[in-house]
Amino acid sequence: MADNLQLNDEGKLKHFLTIEGLDKSLLTEILDTAESFIGMSDQQVKKVPLLRGKTIVNLFFENSTRTRTTFELAAKRLSADVLSISIATSSTSKGESLLDTIRNLEAMFVDMFVVRHAISGAAHFIARHTAPHISVINAGDGQHAHPTQAMLDMFTIRQIKSDFSSLKVAVIGDILHSRVARSEILALNTLGAAEVRVIAPKTLLPAHVETLGVSVYHNLMEGLKDIDVIIMLRLQKERMTSALLPSESEYFKCFGLNEDKLKYAKPDAIVMHPGPINRGVEIDSKVADGPQSVILKQVSNGIATRMAIMAMAMQKPGMTS
Amino acid sequence: MTKILIKQGRIIDPANSIDRFGSIYIADGRIISVTAEPDGFRPDQVIDAIGQIVCPGFIDLSSRLREPGQSRKATIKSETLAAASGGITTLCLQPDTVPVIDTPAVAELIRDLAEKAQYSQVYPIAALTQRLEGAELSSMLALKQAGCIAVGNASQPLRNLLILRRAMEYAASHDLLLMFRPNDYWLGNNGCAHEGAMATRYGLPGLPEAAETIALAQCLELVELTGCRVHFGQLSCQRSVLKIEQAKNEGLPVSADVAIHQLHLTENDMTPFDSVYHVLPPFRSETDKQSLRQGLTSGTINCLCSDHQPHDIDAKLGAFPETEPGISALETLLPLMLKLVDEQALTLQQGIARLSSDPAQILRLNSGALTPGFAADVCVFNPELNWRVNSENWKSQGLNTPYWEQTLKGRVTFTLQGGKGIYCLLNA
Repeated sequence: MADNLQLNDEGKLKHFLTIEGLDKSLLTEILDTAESFIGMSDQQVKKVPLLRGKTIVNLFFENSTRTRTTFELAAKRLSADVLSISIATSSTSKGESLLDTIRNLEAMFVDMFVVRHAISGAAHFIARHTAPHISVINAGDGQHAHPTQAMLDMFTIRQIKSDFSSLKVAVIGDILHSRVARSEILALNTLGAAEVRVIAPKTLLPAHVETLGVSVYHNLMEGLKDIDVIIMLRLQKERMTSALLPSESEYFKCFGLNEDKLKYAKPDAIVMHPGPINRGVEIDSKVADGPQSVILKQVSNGIATRMAIMAMAMQKPGMTS
Repeated sequence: MTKILIKQGRIIDPANSIDRFGSIYIADGRIISVTAEPDGFRPDQVIDAIGQIVCPGFIDLSSRLREPGQSRKATIKSETLAAASGGITTLCLQPDTVPVIDTPAVAELIRDLAEKAQYSQVYPIAALTQRLEGAELSSMLALKQAGCIAVGNASQPLRNLLILRRAMEYAASHDLLLMFRPNDYWLGNNGCAHEGAMATRYGLPGLPEAAETIALAQCLELVELTGCRVHFGQLSCQRSVLKIEQAKNEGLPVSADVAIHQLHLTENDMTPFDSVYHVLPPFRSETDKQSLRQGLTSGTINCLCSDHQPHDIDAKLGAFPETEPGISALETLLPLMLKLVDEQALTLQQGIARLSSDPAQILRLNSGALTPGFAADVCVFNPELNWRVNSENWKSQGLNTPYWEQTLKGRVTFTLQGGKGIYCLLNA
């Protein structure tokens, strides 16, 4: 994002809408702040009072279990009051505009919106039009961005691999429709990864994908060579009916990750997936549940990372350890 | 018999190859003489054009005035006043009104409303097919008799090429011009931004050039088959310009226009997710913009249009893909043409021709020129006058322009339509 909608006058995080426009030091600050929260889950009392008295509204215009739950837990562990609304089945189906929905909730004195929406740009739109004291966190907008997912994945990678500058990362699957992919690519490039690759058939790659700063592969085995981190993407079933792919089985054959294909990557490569996974479509169970998989670690890290982002956006910079 | 003298301006009349200082003499709604004073001419009104340019009133080949059907966005009255203030004396109205211009009654209603408003004149474009659905032919002859100047698809894709072929054959039988915006239904695929680096970065559904060029190529083949005259509207990419050039070289009866904003903005100029930049066809690459400019200079693209699409505020309030496309553009047409001249993409004479004599020729109108005997459709403008695009100066009901609160150079001071003053800038 060219404009500094996300940052306040002091250059601090105000909204978290996209990785674009955020520099390495800010991303690193998010990771460091998340680090300070990570030990909390093992404690008897899993709470800090950083956002006590604040009201956070999770506005989910699109279904989600994992993201909504981790945001909710993150808010609760920061001692905020949290309300989750599924709008897919609420007022918008009665014809209320997005802006009217936001205005009505604003009138209830909330401090933060966590927004998921099926249309690209929805979180930006809300951030641009909401009251100035409210922070907006993008929990996924259309095919545009899912920046908290990217940050929790960066956190997971850093936990295991430490240094980004030597890492070669492959993002595999439906890049075209994936907000996760766009945010991961931006985050990896900002943090200085040695190489980011995308591996997919042409039907699942957006036009001029190389302009995102990636090298492009259409062959999984070739693309996996020397790779340290594998990020698999979920394949929606409807891609088959819109003639983007012939069949699930053919996709699995070409781009599905199984134990044999995993051997083409570095022996210590880790396998990630933002979930929910389609076993036997993009990933074989033996890999998803195997020793190189960090999929569940990603989920756990989601809470700490989202706590960090929420706290920072509310100008409460983490815990002093 | 009202006599008007437009005194001592720089007269630019491309159709008559005139570019010199002098006066224009108007009587009874018609131009009677250019530069030479007729014997005993005693004007009832004198318009001082010293330091200004006097040229034919502009003819806009594509606009939406939102009436009938969407008068919350704009009305014929509000928009023809906006047109008049932009030096536009004739407007072609796209048929996607509500209801669609597919019956003489709707066409007559529009003509009546425009006549009552007494600003610019409005020519409805008749829908090519009933309700623009691409299934049954409209009553083209009756619509022509009701004042429609052409038939058109108003950006609606025609999925069935047999219907398009027959519609073109039928239009050709009545010597009707088809005004066609090429847009393939399937390749369009709900795209809202140029399928390029920006759409990829922001996750916006892309609209490939091929959606335009394939529909264009198909229609060109049908021109060959049917002999129908076709004017291709609002082209947006280099490959379309090349195709038109080739068709013209082959002698096909085709012409083309480009929306003025396509010559100034590209995908890179868009503020991300700012719906004011949501237009269809979308802003494309720098290469496309340059090709469109070259096409306009060479005459491959015959004219400029405003592609005026005024909207209410709500239409543009939302996440980018969900907002309605279009720019309110009548009042920026002249300054943006002059900007092309400043940037040496066109000569001033060419720029005026692309807005007057060239569209007149496509529509076969006896206007777009200051020829004695023609209706006095005249625009007087000050090419050096700066003005700010704001609510004080803006006439259109649609405020949806990317130039809002910007200062533009070149402003109309006087517009005559049929010898009647329809706009005068106060304190000019």
